[in-house]
Amino acid sequence: MRSRHMLIASTSLAILPFSAAAQTTVAVLDHGDTAWMIVASMLVLMMTIPGAALFYGGMVRAKNLLSVMMQCFAITALVTVLWMLYGYSLAFSTEGMHAGVTNWHSFIGGLDRAMLAGLKPDTLYQTVPESVFVMFQLTFAIITPALIIGAYAERMKFSAMLWFSGLWLTFVYLPVAHMVWSGPGSLLGDLGVLDFAGGTVVHINAGIAGLVACLVIGKRRGWPQTHMPPHNLGYTVIGASLLWLGWFGFNAGSAVAANGSAGMAMLVTQIATAAAAIGWVAVEWAIHRRASVLGIASGAVAGLVAITPAAGTAGPAGALLIGFVAGTVCFFTATRLKHKLGYDDSLDVFGVHAIAGIIGALLTGPFAAPKLGGFGTVTSPLLQLWIQAKGVGFTIVWSAVLSWGILKLLDLTIGLRVDAEQEQMGLDIAEHEERAYNLT
Amino acid sequence: MKWITAIIKPFTLDDVREALAEAGVQGMTVTEVKGFGRQHGHTELYRGAEYVVDFLPKLKIEVAVANDRLDHAIEAISNAARTGKIGDGKIFVSELEQVIRIRTQEVDADAL
Repeated sequence: MRSRHMLIASTSLAILPFSAAAQTTVAVLDHGDTAWMIVASMLVLMMTIPGAALFYGGMVRAKNLLSVMMQCFAITALVTVLWMLYGYSLAFSTEGMHAGVTNWHSFIGGLDRAMLAGLKPDTLYQTVPESVFVMFQLTFAIITPALIIGAYAERMKFSAMLWFSGLWLTFVYLPVAHMVWSGPGSLLGDLGVLDFAGGTVVHINAGIAGLVACLVIGKRRGWPQTHMPPHNLGYTVIGASLLWLGWFGFNAGSAVAANGSAGMAMLVTQIATAAAAIGWVAVEWAIHRRASVLGIASGAVAGLVAITPAAGTAGPAGALLIGFVAGTVCFFTATRLKHKLGYDDSLDVFGVHAIAGIIGALLTGPFAAPKLGGFGTVTSPLLQLWIQAKGVGFTIVWSAVLSWGILKLLDLTIGLRVDAEQEQMGLDIAEHEERAYNLT
Repeated sequence: MKWITAIIKPFTLDDVREALAEAGVQGMTVTEVKGFGRQHGHTELYRGAEYVVDFLPKLKIEVAVANDRLDHAIEAISNAARTGKIGDGKIFVSELEQVIRIRTQEVDADAL
């Protein structure tokens, strides 16, 4: 979990009986850290465009490929502008925050950094330029609403998608990011919730919003009687591969330094991902007598999601277990639960991201304890499990309630769905007047 | 004259074409088609969603032959397209009333 300890350090020095000048920890730019964080930011951006765009794009029908890619691309542009205008400030401003004090600013940052006020080339965040930190965190704010599109794919109006993404970023993502990551005085941070790279902030948040979105917007016409098989699983495999690669920026980058923590985060990410891919396919092989391409790719993503909150604190053995559990459980939630309960989460945002996110967030607690091979300061695995559960529960409720409110509001005003004829034509032609494949 | 329409497995096309050429057939038309017969379809499974694919991809070849060439042509197609497994396809033969070569206006046997 990141915190802004550099800024706190200078304020506590006044009470020390030493010369302030001799003791002041002056934040110094580190070239290695800076270089790594610039690269990590690019890797995380690559997860959305083209990573998620291809991963999701391959799973929809050919007539909706462009709509999914367009949604990823448009969210990237939209969120960037909102982040610059007010997003970074609401998420990371520490105005009015005090360690242990719960107030308005424990939930949401102030607007003192709106328009990126005060940001100069030499402004630092820990040992890297703050501009790089702004960029790094922006890529997280981009991918989170982009993950949700998998739940409402193939039927949401482009205009409604833009409104939803902007409002959801503002009222769901920014507060949760602030509550977890903004340092002393933040609601969930002060509670002791461990979330190294965004298990609650990104994956549970997006996964729950996905479930709510597919319930509010309703099933695709004809689902599940009509065949809606993926149109190009090759794209999906390339997308999953780019997600896997980009995730090193996501998890190892969350150390905000090129150090041992980043190195360990990278390794445990690899281990958990592999374990989850194997776990998913093993169950599938046992049940269906087939190891599927979509299965191994989905399993890998479940593992990446699950290890995200634990990447800074779990050891290799903990990562192996977290990944394996996520891969096997998500097989059932993505292939059985949806059909049993009858909700049309088109590309399994809930079944993979929310479920693996919850598994990961919970298991982060015990596996942060040194006695379970972790590298955290956790002494009681059970107590930390309870703290993690509180963080998970809070995020589920926050995301579910506010996502529902936003979607209902949009449905009553501009409407969420394209009409039946447009849905039949496919969103590529109906919404963008283009088609992905002109094969003649 | 006879009009032969054969449904074959796609991978046998090259063998069928060669066999027909050896049997003296001078031209043919090939179309990609889908259908089902005794082979039925197959199932596909994506994240637990099972789809029965009823129509399998096949090739339809169409050949016009003179009456005295019919048996050779049928034999050529049968031998080249046979794998012995269900789904090898069928050969349909019908009467052909008239053939005209557009370039030269030749008709019937001269146009084949």
